[in-house]
Amino acid sequence: MLKINNLKAKVGEKSILNDFSLDIKPGEVHAIMGPNGSGKSTLSNILSGKKGYDVSGEIKFEGIDLFSLETEERAHKGIFLAFQYPLEIPGVNTNIFLKTSLNAIRKARGEKELDALEFLKLVKQKSKELKFDEEKLNRQLNVGFSGGEKKKNEILQMSILNPKLSILDETDSGLDIDALKTVAQGVNALRKKNNSFLIITHYQRLLDYIKPDHVHVLMNGKITKSGGPELALELEKKGYEGLN
Amino acid sequence: MKTESSQNSREKEIEKLKKYKYGFSTDIENTKAPKGLNEEVIRFISNIKKEPKWLLDWRLKAYQRLKVLKEPNWQKPKYPKINYQDLYYYSAPKSFKEKPKSLDELDPKLLETYKKLGIPLQEQKRLNNIAVDAVFDSVSVATTFKDKLTEKGIIFCSISEAIQKHPELVKKYLGSVIPLTDHFFATLNSAVFTDGSFVYVPPGVRCPMELSTYFRINASDTGQFERTLIIADKGSYVSYLEGCTAPMRDENQLHAANVELIALDDAEIKYSTVQNWYPGDKDGKGGIYNFVTKRGLCKGINSKISWTQVETGSAITWKYPSCILKGDNSIGEFYSIAITNNHQKADTGTKMIHLGKNTKSKIISKGISAGFSDMTYRGLVDISKKADNSRNYTQCDSLLMGNKCGAHTVPYITNKNSGSNLAHEATTSKISEEQLHYCQQRGLNSEEAVGLIVNGFCKEVLQQLPMEFAVEAQKLVGISLEGSVG
Repeated sequence: MLKINNLKAKVGEKSILNDFSLDIKPGEVHAIMGPNGSGKSTLSNILSGKKGYDVSGEIKFEGIDLFSLETEERAHKGIFLAFQYPLEIPGVNTNIFLKTSLNAIRKARGEKELDALEFLKLVKQKSKELKFDEEKLNRQLNVGFSGGEKKKNEILQMSILNPKLSILDETDSGLDIDALKTVAQGVNALRKKNNSFLIITHYQRLLDYIKPDHVHVLMNGKITKSGGPELALELEKKGYEGLN
Repeated sequence: MKTESSQNSREKEIEKLKKYKYGFSTDIENTKAPKGLNEEVIRFISNIKKEPKWLLDWRLKAYQRLKVLKEPNWQKPKYPKINYQDLYYYSAPKSFKEKPKSLDELDPKLLETYKKLGIPLQEQKRLNNIAVDAVFDSVSVATTFKDKLTEKGIIFCSISEAIQKHPELVKKYLGSVIPLTDHFFATLNSAVFTDGSFVYVPPGVRCPMELSTYFRINASDTGQFERTLIIADKGSYVSYLEGCTAPMRDENQLHAANVELIALDDAEIKYSTVQNWYPGDKDGKGGIYNFVTKRGLCKGINSKISWTQVETGSAITWKYPSCILKGDNSIGEFYSIAITNNHQKADTGTKMIHLGKNTKSKIISKGISAGFSDMTYRGLVDISKKADNSRNYTQCDSLLMGNKCGAHTVPYITNKNSGSNLAHEATTSKISEEQLHYCQQRGLNSEEAVGLIVNGFCKEVLQQLPMEFAVEAQKLVGISLEGSVG
């Protein structure tokens, strides 16, 4: 589904990712763990299409050159990024934002746009599943939301948009245990045959609830070690320094 | 081959529409007054409109006054000197020499024009509960829904017609809020105004529908000087909407309207404007100079006047819809969205003059500047000595897009009453790359993203518009900013 080959990324003179390669197959859950400054967020930024990086190498999403696609086209093709710091957009009702987003994606795919009633039904169902307070959906997008609410809102958006590849950028950081479970529940519910996940995290904690197929350690811009779920536990014990 | 060329022309068409949807002109023969500004022209206008002598005298008095007045130049947007002798002050479609009695007698080409503008008068009449008075160049063309309004005793007609049929009302109120001697453009308007709308709502009547006027400048070298007069008698209510468009022309066209509102005891007037005059091309060539004087008088106790404006067009916008809060407990409100793009300039705001006791005013201004444009909010809040226990709340927010545009906030506040209370808040923000990226990651393209963010920014004001027009205004906000993100 997602194939990254020898990705290099620089900002100005500073090299951030170096010969980074990764292969995610349909239905797989990959976790990337790494210390601060290892290049985790740069990876999610580049995958989502954020500008400002000097990149080389190759990224293919379902066989298509990702660099040839604009940010919104990547979203249309089914790439979703749960932001580490979800943005506030004052004056924009959360429900309306969600509906606009869903319909933009459906339209781009040639699917019928949902009318207000169909959308509300969907949102009601998904909020219930994720125990997301529906009242919050009538508030301005992320304005006045707590850190946990913002993250849960990202997961709600993810479950509504039903993306093929979801990238979770440190979605677990700053979450209490209940919110963490909600996030995991959202991921697990979507974890069907063909939905894939790239979970970027500092800690092993989230992986107690979402069992990854593969765990990778990212250090100094490249993957230094890959393994199964047991690698995360080993990391938790030894730390990044003790891993070589 | 054929498909390709038709696709090409379709694309061109779309491109054109994107630029300025209303940039067409209609080929209709016009009757014009001779070029230039002088007593003869004023007599010509007054004569062709069969006006009573008092009005001609009034016009001439304004003209005498005009001779000694100077064009103001304190405003931020500067413009090249206007040659007032090189303009036409009266232009009417020829078929109007005898004013049509009903819509069926209208020149079909005119009806076609209104259709293009999205105001099919015929259908509008049937489908929507909105009465429309349309002003084409200088002449009011048609008023729909007349019968239904007459039943309630509401007068909604062109000001020319009101001068003929209701002279006592016109004489009593014309110039009572904007005096003849007010300032250059207002006085110019008083001398040469050609048409506009007139509304009178009798005591205790709540106007059952939105009243609406569409203004359109069509002929070239024509100034448009409308005059609107709205009177809400005791305990009445009226909501009025004004829309404006003009064809694309290289030269700048002058629009200097006067709007006067009078609210008597317990009456309320809600006046909304969606201004979409031609803004000039992307290099700043052409476009309308929109130098308008709008003023409302809360004459009676417990009266209320509320201005809502969405200003997206014009090369230069220069207007300050104001409220004089004379009656005790009266309320003045000003909600504004002003958007400038490319080389547009706007200097706009309001004046709230508190004279009566317990008067309240509220100002919500949202300015958005993009491209090379420049935007100034200029507002006066004046609380007089006798205006005990008065309140004002002002909120001015500016949103910048890119780094070549400007936004300025110039509040003037005078409070001569120690028992009164004023609050002023101002913010300036930019649409961040991060916000755009976030929206794009959710599938919106950059223009949709900007539209969404800007509409969110303007929400408090958009909510004030009548439903039908809020949707239109939302779209307009998006269109006005197209191409402003790289």
